[in-house]
Amino acid sequence: MKCMVLSSRTAKEILRDPINLFFGLGFPLVLIFLLSTIQKNIPVSLFEVHKLTPGITVFGLSFMSLFASVIVSKDRESSLLSRLYTTPLRSMDFILGYMLPLIPISILQSLICYIAALPFGLKLSLGVVWALGGNILVSLFFISLGVLCGSVMTSKQVGGICGALLTNLSAWLSGIWFDISLVGGALKKAADVLPFIHAVEMEKALFSGNTDGIGVHVLILSLYTLGITILAVFMFLRQMNNK
Amino acid sequence: MNYAITTRGLTKKYKDLTAVDNLDLEIIEGELFALLGVNGAGKTTTIKMLSTLTRPSGGDAMVSGESIITSPLLVKERIGVSPQETAVAPSLSVRENLSFMCKVHGIKKDKAEMKIEELSKALDLESVMDRKAGKLSGGWQRRLSIAMALVSEPKILFLDEPTLGLDVIARSELWSLIESLKGKTTILLTTHYMEEAEALSDRIGVMKSGKLLFIGSAEEMKAKTGTERIEDAFIAMIKEAKQ
Repeated sequence: MKCMVLSSRTAKEILRDPINLFFGLGFPLVLIFLLSTIQKNIPVSLFEVHKLTPGITVFGLSFMSLFASVIVSKDRESSLLSRLYTTPLRSMDFILGYMLPLIPISILQSLICYIAALPFGLKLSLGVVWALGGNILVSLFFISLGVLCGSVMTSKQVGGICGALLTNLSAWLSGIWFDISLVGGALKKAADVLPFIHAVEMEKALFSGNTDGIGVHVLILSLYTLGITILAVFMFLRQMNNK
Repeated sequence: MNYAITTRGLTKKYKDLTAVDNLDLEIIEGELFALLGVNGAGKTTTIKMLSTLTRPSGGDAMVSGESIITSPLLVKERIGVSPQETAVAPSLSVRENLSFMCKVHGIKKDKAEMKIEELSKALDLESVMDRKAGKLSGGWQRRLSIAMALVSEPKILFLDEPTLGLDVIARSELWSLIESLKGKTTILLTTHYMEEAEALSDRIGVMKSGKLLFIGSAEEMKAKTGTERIEDAFIAMIKEAKQ
């Protein structure tokens, strides 16, 4: 399993970067702390922790795109990938080597978010396990998107696209902080077309155990994940062959 | 005479541009062969084709007895490549980078430890073994890059501009290192530095616009152009080819 050699290296590169740890873990935790504190001090139910936390885990996973895209693009730019292409590693070793290590990192990140929400009143239930299972699908979507961007963009470009644009899209078009149907119009239409709100609704349903109507969210997210993963593999192989 | 590399009509075209044009070249086992040329001469493209990174548009090359077209995987088992960029994993230590390459090449743990020890001594890396590769100076990173290329005990080593951007001292140290490898491994290096080619190589090939203008020793090069310095010989050859 040569892909595990590359996986181990990918995990080390990501986990040893303090900026990754701050954004990937610190930022979602700050949001849970901040919004839950606000909720305690206002009379209306705006940021209830049992609705907020599943959404925050989805938002946190958007950073996986940034991690994957930065490492792939930097490896391309530094020619480390070129060096590795001249070794006996096969194409699938590369793809799995970049994607696999980010899945346990994603689950760990989501688990820490749920644990961090306990002091703010989140009740532990079997729903956490289901929600963490759902997060595997969400993380696959974001990781594939990262590999796709890293395969076609420079490290500067992925900083803008995955670091700024994607995190903002997943923040504002996911319904984590506010009910998008209250805004309506173009924002609601855009949110419905994109996968972010479906990921959040799926996670909320899995966590609460109220899975009525979850099918459409799972279907849309799965289609996006499948499409983006196929495209990521194709573009990665294309840049590999172009080398 | 045994040849480590033979090319026959090796050609690489990118749309309208012919980067390497019908290259016929023979490199003897154990020799250090330097490819000289101005930017865009086709040196790096030649190395990329010989190291299976780029598929030729025409012709073929036998590298250590295997075709780069029909047996690229066998070629990969016999070569080591140190690309133009440093191509190291920045967050891994020097030791971890070497260990990573050992695992990529399927070298067992016991042998890998011996190999790392041996390479760290040979390339004088002992003092920086536990430092992160990304924090090292350019000269140390180049040393590490060459050590990583030597992990698999390659029969042929490709060094693409190994001293590019290094200061005089670092360059001189790297020359000593490359000289120490002569005879044990066939080395094909590309360089912009004339004095580097003269000091290190057994034979020199001069390329311009994808074509090989000259093959021979530095002395033969100077004699052919009636010059005393290799730099003048190179300039004379390039100017003559323009006319």
